Amino acid sequence: MPLSSNHLLGLQGVSKEDLQLILDTAHTFREILDRPIKKVPTLQGKTIVNLFYESSTRTRISFELAEKRLSADAINFAVSGSSVSKGETFKDTIKNIEAMKIDMVIVRHSAAGAPVYLTKICDANIINAGDGTHEHPTQALLDMYSIRQKLGKLEGLKVCIVGDIAHSRVALSNIFGLQTMGAKVSVCGPSTMIPKNIKDLGVEVIYNIDEAIQDNDVLNVLRIQLERNAGEYFPSIREYAKYFGITNERLDKNGKDVLILHPGPINRGVELSSEVADGSNQIILYQVTNGVAIRMAVLYLLGTLN
Amino acid sequence: MKTILKNVNVINPAEKVNLRGTNIILNNGLIEKIGELKFEDTSNAEEFDFSGCYVAPGFFDMHVHLREPGREDEETVVTGCNSAASGGFTGVACMPNTEPTIDSAEVVNFIKKQAKDHLVDVHSVAAATIGRKGDQLSPMAELAEAGAVAFSDDGAAIKTASILKRVIEYSSIYKLPVIEHCEDESLSNGAMNEGLNSTFLGLPPLPSVSEDLIVIRDIQMAEYVGGKVHIAHISTKNAVALVREAKKKGIQVTAEVTPHHFTLTDDAVKSYDTNAKMSPPLRTHEDVDAIIEGLADGTIDCIASDHAPHSPEEKEAEFQFAPNGIVGLETAVGLSVSELVHKKKLTVEDLIFKLSINPRKILSLPLPEFKVGEEANFTIFDINKIWTVDITKFKSKSKNSPFDRRLLTGNSVAVINKGKMFNNNKWISLLNTD
Repeated sequence: MPLSSNHLLGLQGVSKEDLQLILDTAHTFREILDRPIKKVPTLQGKTIVNLFYESSTRTRISFELAEKRLSADAINFAVSGSSVSKGETFKDTIKNIEAMKIDMVIVRHSAAGAPVYLTKICDANIINAGDGTHEHPTQALLDMYSIRQKLGKLEGLKVCIVGDIAHSRVALSNIFGLQTMGAKVSVCGPSTMIPKNIKDLGVEVIYNIDEAIQDNDVLNVLRIQLERNAGEYFPSIREYAKYFGITNERLDKNGKDVLILHPGPINRGVELSSEVADGSNQIILYQVTNGVAIRMAVLYLLGTLN
Repeated sequence: MKTILKNVNVINPAEKVNLRGTNIILNNGLIEKIGELKFEDTSNAEEFDFSGCYVAPGFFDMHVHLREPGREDEETVVTGCNSAASGGFTGVACMPNTEPTIDSAEVVNFIKKQAKDHLVDVHSVAAATIGRKGDQLSPMAELAEAGAVAFSDDGAAIKTASILKRVIEYSSIYKLPVIEHCEDESLSNGAMNEGLNSTFLGLPPLPSVSEDLIVIRDIQMAEYVGGKVHIAHISTKNAVALVREAKKKGIQVTAEVTPHHFTLTDDAVKSYDTNAKMSPPLRTHEDVDAIIEGLADGTIDCIASDHAPHSPEEKEAEFQFAPNGIVGLETAVGLSVSELVHKKKLTVEDLIFKLSINPRKILSLPLPEFKVGEEANFTIFDINKIWTVDITKFKSKSKNSPFDRRLLTGNSVAVINKGKMFNNNKWISLLNTD
């Protein structure tokens, strides 16, 4: 069964069948990652461009590894040193790259909607690797895959996304994907970082981290962007850590084996204390490994469509 | 030379004129007769059959951006006037956010010179402060003397309350209004209206309270100083209510709305179409309903297009980096008739007040009169004409419009002013050649 779209722009509107297909496909690729020889010839002859208009380390490396393990030719394009710094428009850059005959574009961009725009001006398959504060679908897919592996299901689980929801692309993709799979999603954070109308998405809003820990099976803890938010969206990092940071003490007090995810990079001592970041509840590095499998699955499913 | 406009409905609610199925005879661009045609009238006359059309006092758009001087690649005074004539307007007031800014008599005179021979009258709205920077008053007396019809830092609200106070005080000497673009600067760095759609799309949100706060400030200041404030492109439910209350109290406040703000909601942004990016942003159904109610009950005085031509390379960008605004002059009449007259929100008379009479009154400009011997200044429009918007046919130099391929009912058919007529894509002189 093929995917029902030529692109992966976000998880909003993606069907349960498609999500299931991606997660199941990732599971078969996950096994390849544990082999001594981690390479398969599936996408041999396909050219994939990693178009990164915003700096990223782990997402770009994860995609690049996934591409290489599927034997695709991977080209990296980052903003610095490209025509962008010479004033070329986004459209002209894309048209030029497309003219070199490529099959797929992985795009990371600071502007929401940039991947949608790409589909209008370019014939390649487009994968959104994070657009502004909109979506980051492969991150949510790897989160969902990791949860499913650890807890055996997604349906009926209670998942709370903690932190700066308003400026997060991970949050929105997780909300859409998890809801489609039948999980109940809530968010927890200071009200200045919760977007207006989030409740209209069927998401419960919690302002107390202890409640969030008690009531949920999974916490997906987001990175606080220290450089942007301190002082503007919450009074201080100290206050954030005190009222929203997850510590062993909080976990013990609320007495639960809650599963803790974090998309990284972690601010130790802010959203997670160091003991929690290295503790038994978290699956942070497991997520990173699964990220490669998820991206292989998406690349494979889109790359073999036509 | 005589010109006959045959089988027209002559309508001018300012003069309580409403004649069905009559004729207008023009001689050398002046009104010679309104009424039945005699044999001697038709000899040596050029006839235009406008059966079923209305002849109204020429429409006036009090909020356009002509981009000259500075961005002649996007629009010039002449192409903007062509766009106005094609859209059904015989006069426009152009906003000062040009380069250089309209903050000196020289720039006002330059624009006047560029528009001199055109059918469309062009009046300048001058900057309220030098360079629209909000620090120092523009030479308002000199600007008024050169012909400026209002003052505005459009693109933004006047920066501080203290400068606003002095601008209203100073402009009231000349009885000219201050036109305000109502947005609180500290809240206006978003890309679309804050709401469910901005949450869905992940675009930086711009809350409606940003507009409401400045509307409150401006109304209070107009009351305190006793001057005139005009709220440009009103877009929120609360702002409409605030203007309504202020008018009841007798404060000298007026308001305009754009056709896109009474036609579209922020749903139009869902495909990240940069042609739906406006300032103020498109709002919600509730806001649209309140605006239409405000138009119907007279809270909103007029319709203005906020004509904002932009080059394709600027609009074809990521949504949050694209500039705001759309080409408005050539769809304003069609949208107004389709959305307001055919949906029974306004009568044809009401529409003529909003598109012709009220904007001129706000700017203290003389009203076109339907009297023998007066210069003809007409918009001839057909409320039943069904047509499809085609941006490639725009007279404007720019093509940025979210209304491309939209089916509309009603449009301008011809305009007449200054002894010239634009009809059927042709410029026709009505003046005696000898």
